[in-house]
Amino acid sequence: MHRFANPTRFLRLANAVLPWLGGLTAILFGVGLYQALVISPADYQQGETVRIMYVHVPAAWAALAGYASLAIASFTFLVWRHPLADLAARAASPIGAGFTAIALVTGALWGQPMWGTWWVWDARLTSVLILFFLYLGHMALVNAFDDSDRGGRAGAVLALVGVVNLPIIKFSVDWWNTLHQPASVLRMGGPKIAGEMMTPLMMMAGAYFALFGVLMILRIRSLLAARRLRQLRLAVQEI
Amino acid sequence: MGRFWAIMSRDLTLARRQGADLAMTVSFFVVVVVLFPLGLGPTPGQLAEIAPAVLWVTALLAAMLSFDRLFQQDSEDGGLDQLALSGLPLSVVALAKALAHWLTTGLPMIVLAPVLAITLNLDGDAYWALILGFILGTPIVSLFGTVGAALVVGARRAGVLVALIVLPLTIPVLIFGTLAIDAAANGLSIRVHLLMLAAILAAAIPLAPMAAGAALRQALE
Repeated sequence: MHRFANPTRFLRLANAVLPWLGGLTAILFGVGLYQALVISPADYQQGETVRIMYVHVPAAWAALAGYASLAIASFTFLVWRHPLADLAARAASPIGAGFTAIALVTGALWGQPMWGTWWVWDARLTSVLILFFLYLGHMALVNAFDDSDRGGRAGAVLALVGVVNLPIIKFSVDWWNTLHQPASVLRMGGPKIAGEMMTPLMMMAGAYFALFGVLMILRIRSLLAARRLRQLRLAVQEI
Repeated sequence: MGRFWAIMSRDLTLARRQGADLAMTVSFFVVVVVLFPLGLGPTPGQLAEIAPAVLWVTALLAAMLSFDRLFQQDSEDGGLDQLALSGLPLSVVALAKALAHWLTTGLPMIVLAPVLAITLNLDGDAYWALILGFILGTPIVSLFGTVGAALVVGARRAGVLVALIVLPLTIPVLIFGTLAIDAAANGLSIRVHLLMLAAILAAAIPLAPMAAGAALRQALE
């Protein structure tokens, strides 16, 4: 793992992976969106509105996976003092916040025609909103210190504290009687969703996760560049 | 154990001698609650309806005001380093601090909340739910706030930051606290909501000091 603590080595690998991952993202989004919006059938109850699901559900998954990767990066940084893990955590929280915002907004757009309301305060929606606030808190805390290393460490502890929210989000639809429908893909007894809807959903999920990877690489790269710039500025000032 | 009480009684003594800090938090609670009837107009039914939310939200906001001081002073005058050297685990230090914080802000609010509820025309059946909810809920707020306070030691604008971090974590307390009062006012059972609060408290008593201890260790490096 510490092989990649060297930024040059990491950048060499990241730069090699980036075009492939970027191409994969474009293809998956292209095919997935075509399948989801044109080919897949309309739902017998929801009609065409069901197509919002293909954008909403993967965004929610990516939001949760984003927090999980933020927590893993934070843990790695706290335990092994891995310098790139700090950058990964800093990179992950705005991206995760973005996916959470997409999930919340598309959920509201779907809720208006289906539930007749943009927003209800049920357990699933509220816990995802808390996830969004946790991301915002992490972003604010990381940047609140003059010593950026101290910010990274404080942010890492906060990210680990916020992990309690993840199982609450996942199981909120089972524990409470929510308006949000219960899980239909990741559930005991296998998925409960029609095959012609499952394929585009999985393609869109792949597209979101590939996009997540692309954005992570881009942000880690820019954070590394920003750090180098700051060091150069300081070096110039000392002369 | 002796050192635990020493840290706690030191904080209590500080709170007593610098009474202004304590009085400020508690008066903020009172003043803001009183603002609501003035802003809404004295319609009793309307006030009774929003009373649970007003009391809980104001209590949370008042508590937020007090957290930035929890470790900040100790960090500035080197007291925090002394506490780290005391041989006591930092998580136990955090627990002592949280307990002292609850005794100085949570306890006065538990006493004041029913009095303020009278001014909001809270339903007569709901007082027990309010008091029990505050008894179970305010220690959770103190524990979560201790984590937040330990995280922001040395940060710029620590006071706002601690509210931004801790308030989302206290949302479950707010939800079950107000649900309990609403249930009591409507003649329903308050047991479930209070049990949820008790469960959160039971989880927070060991876990929050651990997190706060970890945060303090990071702050001391």
